[in-house]
Amino acid sequence: MKRVYAREEVCVGCKLCEVYCATAHSEYPSDIVKAFLKQRTKPLPRILVEDNLEISFALQCRHCDEAPCTKACISGAMQKDLVTGIVRNDESRCVGCWTCILACPFGAIRRDNQGHKVASKCDLCSNGADDSDPANASNVPICVQNCPNRALQFMDSGIEGGE
Amino acid sequence: MNYVIVGNSAAAIGAVEGIRSVDREGKISLFSKEPHPAYSRPLISYYLSGKVTPEKMYYRDPDFYERLQVEAHLGIEVQALRLEEKKVELPTGEKTAYDRLLIATGGKPISPPIPGREYSGVSTFLTWDDVKELGKELFPGIKVVVIGAGLIGLKATEALVKREANVTVAELSNRILSAILDEDSAQIVQNHLEEQGVKFQLNNTVAEILGQKGKVTGVRLQNGENIECDRVILAIGVRPNLDLVRDTEIKLNQGILINPQMATSVSDVYAAGDVSEGYDKICQENRVLPILPNAYKQGFNAGVNMAGGSSAYLGGFAMNAIGFFDLPMLTAGIIKPNAPDFQEYIQQDQAKQSYKKIVLRAGKLVGYIALNSVDRAGILTGLMDQEVDVTPFREHLLQEDFGYIHFPKELRSQRLTLRK
Repeated sequence: MKRVYAREEVCVGCKLCEVYCATAHSEYPSDIVKAFLKQRTKPLPRILVEDNLEISFALQCRHCDEAPCTKACISGAMQKDLVTGIVRNDESRCVGCWTCILACPFGAIRRDNQGHKVASKCDLCSNGADDSDPANASNVPICVQNCPNRALQFMDSGIEGGE
Repeated sequence: MNYVIVGNSAAAIGAVEGIRSVDREGKISLFSKEPHPAYSRPLISYYLSGKVTPEKMYYRDPDFYERLQVEAHLGIEVQALRLEEKKVELPTGEKTAYDRLLIATGGKPISPPIPGREYSGVSTFLTWDDVKELGKELFPGIKVVVIGAGLIGLKATEALVKREANVTVAELSNRILSAILDEDSAQIVQNHLEEQGVKFQLNNTVAEILGQKGKVTGVRLQNGENIECDRVILAIGVRPNLDLVRDTEIKLNQGILINPQMATSVSDVYAAGDVSEGYDKICQENRVLPILPNAYKQGFNAGVNMAGGSSAYLGGFAMNAIGFFDLPMLTAGIIKPNAPDFQEYIQQDQAKQSYKKIVLRAGKLVGYIALNSVDRAGILTGLMDQEVDVTPFREHLLQEDFGYIHFPKELRSQRLTLRK
């Protein structure tokens, strides 16, 4: 399956990926102004930029083949779609126990404590659309679309040519 | 291929999914003592407090058994194993044949020999039916004594307090949650629970349950003190439910002994979950690990191997996510070593109720406590699981912003990119 890979050597640490991700997953997915102005709770990104003065890179759910979060989930909310490979959390069933945070070796699942406590994570911008339609997984995620210098790549395997 | 699965919780469901990842045709018959479709046991306290509605209790979607072509016999308890005939015996006396058998009968509550435990109003806290019955009996101000300050006892306590009960917890150990917390972190959680009105009797336990006309009226503690109460919850712990296998040739220790394929000592018989005793890669010995993630993984692995696939589960380790009244904690592995070959590092902030501890052995992370400082703690779990030498970035492990940026570059690119 296609995943998002970061090229840390060209990431500038602008965090635009976080901004676009938070907007896309808000109540106003296509309106950045309304998303931050009108939504009652603050829109949260499902991607995280790790940054020190020397390097930076974005990190989000790796949609693991053997996803530890889905195996650890106590409620059955965290599931890997067998067709698209996307790991998604059914927030209506999530109880916010954080077992997925315990299990995720990438630290890619975030606590959303703003309303009904839920685990929040990257869904590769499939937006809960019909999982059985692989076409929905082929859309390029919003973080990749908006990375100003192509530090984020959406591809089938790791970064070409290493480094 | 005929598969028979005894049990219907995380390990059994994992096995169904494991079998079907290899074999879409074989016949799967599943037998369960409880009448419900697979539900999440850890959610029973959420159900009692009212946070989870009945329809959200189920571990899988309603068409699970149909979609994965499972003949589910719910409420039908297997009576005996006839291993020499490769059959299981049902309540009707009828026998069902298997080519591969999985025993996933889970755990059962430890029932301590306390006088008075037969009084009505004394119950355990393990099944959905346990809490359904308990829920009907509750009223604001009801006095409840919980015996055992472990994970089950304290999740029960939290739910009871949310239902406006007055709860006293009696615990033989010197601290609460002794399996997952050390003294200092346990004290933080205890203080937090006391602020919610919970009372604790530590280094103490219930010597006798008192009753009148067959109904519980109170308890007498080991130190001689009496406490009046309307209900008693027994939450000392669980042990493997070995009822079906005790008189068979299947090799047992504390639980059913299994190899990395989850096979028992008898051919074509597998075991997984809380009934089994597999390898703990952190403790470096066989151990019963009664936690859901381990049960599911063992079950899935058993299923793959039962169906003729090849998959080795090289061992799990203890890991728990739990929280009380918005105070969350994640813990894993060895949290309180008592040997000189371990190093412990601690960082705490009393004001924030946060406490973080890591335990190292020979340069590798073998345990941690992350109390009220849980974000991204799974990175630590991953370092334990993959047995990474953390020496080069050890000083960053306790930092609040610890992340992949602190990994050596090569390790980071190995983890974050798929290499050819």
